[in-house]
Parts: sequence; structure tokens; C-alpha cells
Amino acid sequence: MLEIKNLHANINGKEILKGLDLVVRPGEVHAIMGPNGAGKSTLASVLSGNQAYEVTKGEITFYEKDLLEMSPENRSREGIFLSFQYPVEIPGVSMVNFMRTAINEHRKYKNMEALSATDFLRTMREKKELVEMDNKLANRSVNEGFSGGEKKRNEIFQMAMLDPRLSILDETDSGLDIDALRIVANGVNKLKRADNASIVITHYQRLLDYIVPDFVHVLYNGRIVKTGGKELALELEEKGYDWIKKEVDGE
Amino acid sequence: MEKQYIDLYKQQQESIKKHSSAVLNSSRDASFALFENLGFPTTALENYKYSDLKEALSIDYGLNINRIPIPVNPYEVFTCDVPGIHSYLYFVVNDAFYPVKDARNKDLPEGVIIGSLNEVAKTHPELIQEYYGKLSTTKNDGLIAFNGAFAQDGFFMYVPKNVVLEKPIQLINIMRSDVDFMANSHNLIILEEGAKAQLLVCDHTMDDVRFLSNRVTEVFVAKNATYEHYKLENSHSKTTNLSTLLIDQQTSSNVLANVITLHNGVTRNMIEIDLNGEHCETLLCGMVIADKKQQVDNFTSIIHSKPNCNSKELFKYVLDDVAKGGFTGRLMVAKDAQKTAAQQSNRNILLSKTAKMRTKPQLEIYADDVKCSHGATIGQLDETAKFYMQSRGISESEARLLLMFAFTNDVIEHIQIDALKDRIKLLVEKRLRGELSKCEGCVICQ
Repeated sequence: MLEIKNLHANINGKEILKGLDLVVRPGEVHAIMGPNGAGKSTLASVLSGNQAYEVTKGEITFYEKDLLEMSPENRSREGIFLSFQYPVEIPGVSMVNFMRTAINEHRKYKNMEALSATDFLRTMREKKELVEMDNKLANRSVNEGFSGGEKKRNEIFQMAMLDPRLSILDETDSGLDIDALRIVANGVNKLKRADNASIVITHYQRLLDYIVPDFVHVLYNGRIVKTGGKELALELEEKGYDWIKKEVDGE
Repeated sequence: MEKQYIDLYKQQQESIKKHSSAVLNSSRDASFALFENLGFPTTALENYKYSDLKEALSIDYGLNINRIPIPVNPYEVFTCDVPGIHSYLYFVVNDAFYPVKDARNKDLPEGVIIGSLNEVAKTHPELIQEYYGKLSTTKNDGLIAFNGAFAQDGFFMYVPKNVVLEKPIQLINIMRSDVDFMANSHNLIILEEGAKAQLLVCDHTMDDVRFLSNRVTEVFVAKNATYEHYKLENSHSKTTNLSTLLIDQQTSSNVLANVITLHNGVTRNMIEIDLNGEHCETLLCGMVIADKKQQVDNFTSIIHSKPNCNSKELFKYVLDDVAKGGFTGRLMVAKDAQKTAAQQSNRNILLSKTAKMRTKPQLEIYADDVKCSHGATIGQLDETAKFYMQSRGISESEARLLLMFAFTNDVIEHIQIDALKDRIKLLVEKRLRGELSKCEGCVICQ
């Protein structure tokens, strides 16, 4: 579904991604690990269409469509979902209004009728249970005053509502205690199907105890330098990144 | 500019007085003398820095000194009723109270007087005498003095002791004329001890001519009384709306004033609230949505004359195109007004590079045991929030709209009349979408 070829990207003139390749097929879970500053979050930002990043070379196709030509909203409507590392607070916009607008824009894009208020609220109730989200949170402004854990749960809740084909979880485990981590991971696992896929960006192996990846990639210095199965994550946890850095830098 | 009106007054003062009551005439010459001395305000004056009225005042307006009845059916204009509001309904056409018998006004509580200021000044002269001009004639202001010289009528409301008006009063001001026209209305509102009332003032324009409205409203809120004042302006771009709202608060009284400008030409709202007794609560808020060449200046002044009062002020502006906004938040805390708590906030969003906002907090604090805060910001829409919404599939235009709506929402949330709150939410949304936010009656509002 997703094909990234030789991707180069800059922020403020500084090259962060330096020829990244990745292929994701339906049903797969890919973990992307790597030391700080390797370009993990840049990859997530470029995939979601963040204008702060400039793609200088390479291509990304999503179901044969040129992703780089699409606006952020159309990427979302095509089925790409980014769970933000730092979800944004939007005072004055209620979760209900936010979610209803988003869902109906998705439906409009697919030439479907807007969801009735009853249907919408029913879906919302169902999906809230998935991440054990407090009823009160849904009535508040988007992320406003949410704790770190609540914000991450809210990301997975939105993911459940929008039912993406490809979800990108950017450091979803950061700032989570072990209970919140389990709830978030459970939510992600319940949403897993044969026709969707996930890219899990993480610094630590911890999250991968819960969300078991099919592939583990090591991102270093703007490129994927090593790919393996889930055992690679354990190896990294044990040995750190230094041996990989040596391997690559010694090339 | 002043000269034509000075000459007019000198030539026509007999007519002006003849068509007005003795009480209203009692301070007329003094007001005229003050105007002759001050003239119209210019931007050279500190209080008018953000209100450029030169162009608006240079028009040759007609005045209706001889009180010739204006042919109008206010109900034709008034197709913009707030659905489900259940109110008492009154009209002022230009500057004349419109004597209409509306069925919904029948169940006014006993003792409440609502009507034409000029008529009540004849039937209850002692009542008007006690209050008329008490707040306005002490002000050293050219527009207020002008109003004192030319005002012949307006809206009057009296709520006796401990009477609670369960339904809001709706006052619709309609500007109607075939030629460029000036109206000087004077409203007087009196709440006796423990009384409670809500007033919703809507400003509308009917004809495609230049209008200038120079209105003064005096409000007296006695001990333990509660008063809410909502002003909603939806007038056309050829309108100059100069409005002065003066409120006097006595001990333990409670006042909420909410001034919303959705569409206009040139507007200046001067609002002064004097907290003249202890334990008063005051909430003053407002909102402006302006684009094209609209100009809105809210000049506000809250005076803490006595100790132990709380005041809160919140104004928000969304400006686009070459619109100009001005805000002054004057806060006076007298020497003896200890334990004053006062908060002020003015936040503004500029949607274009050419829109202009000028804002000025002006705190004068003479007491030493007070809690006062103020803040003013001018910025753009939050780009990270916009991107977050887009990444959920919400289009950029819709995301902008949601953010603008959210920005103005806390001002709307301060509206205590639910039906009005819903109506204003709808109007604001339409306005932000660039749809016709005006009432069908105001066909020329573009």
C-alpha cells in the first residue's frame, strides 16, 4: 500500500532524511526504531503532509497515488492517520464537534451522506470504550487540560473513529505509565485487520511487547540501515545503538 | 463640520424644545454650550485615537427635529426574531419610540414602566427628573454633549423594587430614511433595589442611505439589582453607529454587558461602568467580526469607586481585509477601593496583513490592596492546531472556521439567554463563513 523510494527531506535547510526506502503491505506492522535525531519523527511528519518539512528528492506512493501531491486533509481522507507525539490542544473546539466534522469530511470525500447525529453518537460511544476513554473527555475541548496519557488515548480514539488504512504511531508510548500503555496498545491491537497496516515509531522496545511487529527497521542518519524481525528490537534493547552506528559509520 | 449643527441649533432650538418635554429641555442649553465649546471629537483626543469620525461627520445628514412621523411598519423589518426567545418587544425607529401595541407585552409585571422617554417625561416628570442626564451631563465629551442638545426621545424602562422580569426585553432600533439621516436617541433605564432585568438591543438599518446614530443610554442599577445588557449590531456598511452606554452600579448589584458587532460601517461603543457601592459584580465583554473597510472601536472604562468589588472584562476581535479595530480598557481604582479584583483581557486575530488592531490597557490604580490583571494579544490563527485538524481530514477552510469560532466562543458563552446564545452562535458561524449573517429585512446589508 505504501512505497517510499529514496526519500530526502529538509527542515530549515538541514537535511534530515537522506535516501529512505520502505515498503508497507496490508496486514503488516512495521516498527521504526533508532537513536535520537535519526529522523523518525521527520518521517512521520513528511507522511502526514506537514509543510514545515521540504521533500527534496524521492517519491512516496500510497495505493499507487502520489502522496506528496496530496494536501494533509486528503491524505487523511485516503486513509493515512498520524498519532501525534505531542497532540495539540484546541481550546473552544469540542471533541464532539471536531470528530463529527472530521468524519463527515471523510464521508463527503467518499461520496457518502453525512452521518446522522444518532449514528455518530453511537459510533463515538463504541469507540470510546475501546480505549476506556472517560465520557467527560468527549465533552471537553480537544485535548485541552488532558493529561499526557489521556491525550494519547484520545489519539487512538480518533484513529478508531476514522478507521485508517495506514496508521503511523509517533512515539505513542512516550509519557505513558504502564497501565496507559497497555490500554493504548490494546486499542491498537483491536483495530488491527488484514487490510490495514501500522508504522510504529518508538525509541524503546517496551511498546513492542504489546504491539508485536512483523518488521523492525533501524533508522540512523536519515536512512534505514538495518531491518529484521521482532527479535531485532530485543537485541537493540540489550545492546543499544552503538554497534549499529559503528557498523554504518565504519562502512 | 460643527458649524452647521451649531447654526441649526441656534435657529431651531424653539422647535427642538417645542417637540420635547420640559425635563429633557432642562439641560439642553447647557449641553449645547458644552458642545459648542468642545466640538466633535477628533483623533487628536486620547479617548478618540482609534475612532476616525471625520468622514462620517462630514456628511450632510437630515434631522427630524419637528418629529414628523416616519412611515414604517417595524414588523416588516423585524423578520429576524430570535427563535424561541419569549421576550417583551419594543421598537425605536430612528430616534423615536414606536408606539406599537404588541400582544406579547401584555403581561408586564405591575409597576413596570416601558415606553417613550419623552412621553414618560410628561406623565412621570419627577421620575425622569431624578435620573435624566445624571450620568451623561457630567461627561466632557463632544458626542454626549451633542446628544444632550438634540435628543428628543428614546427608550425608557423602569423596574420597581424587587420586581423580576422573567422574560428579556428586546429593543429593536431601526434606521429608516429616504435621505442621509442622523438620529440622536437617549435611553434611560432604571432598576430599583432588588430588581432584575435583561435588555437585548439590536441595531438594524433599512435603507440604502448614510446613517449616523448618536445614542446615549443611561442605566441606574440600585442596590442588589441585577441587569444584563446585550447589544447586537448588524447594520450596513454606510452606517456610523456612535453609542454611549453609561451604567451606575450601587451596593451588591450585578451587571453583565455584552457588546457584539457582527456587521457595521463605522462603530464606536463607549462603555463606562461606575461601581458606586461595595460588593458589586461586573462582567463586561464583547466581540467584533469585521472585514472589508469596517471600523470598530470599543472604548471601555470601569471605575471602581468603592471597595470589595469584582470586575471582569473580555473583548475579542477577528479582523480581515482592511478592517480596523480599536480597544481601550480603562480601569480606575479609587484610593479607597481596597480589595478590588479586576481582570481585563483583549485578544485579537488578524486574518490579513492589511487588517489593523490597536489596543490599549489603561490602568489607574490608587488603592494599594488590589488584584488587577490585564493582557492583550494580537496574533494569527494557530497553525499547529490547523494542521492537527487537517491531519484528521478537515479541510483548511473548515479548520480555520472552527478555530475562529472557538476563539469567539467564550464571549458567546457569557450570554445568559439560551435562545439568544443559540441565535448568535448561528449568526457568528454564518458571518465567519462569509454567508449572509444579516436578517432578511436588512436586504442592503452587503
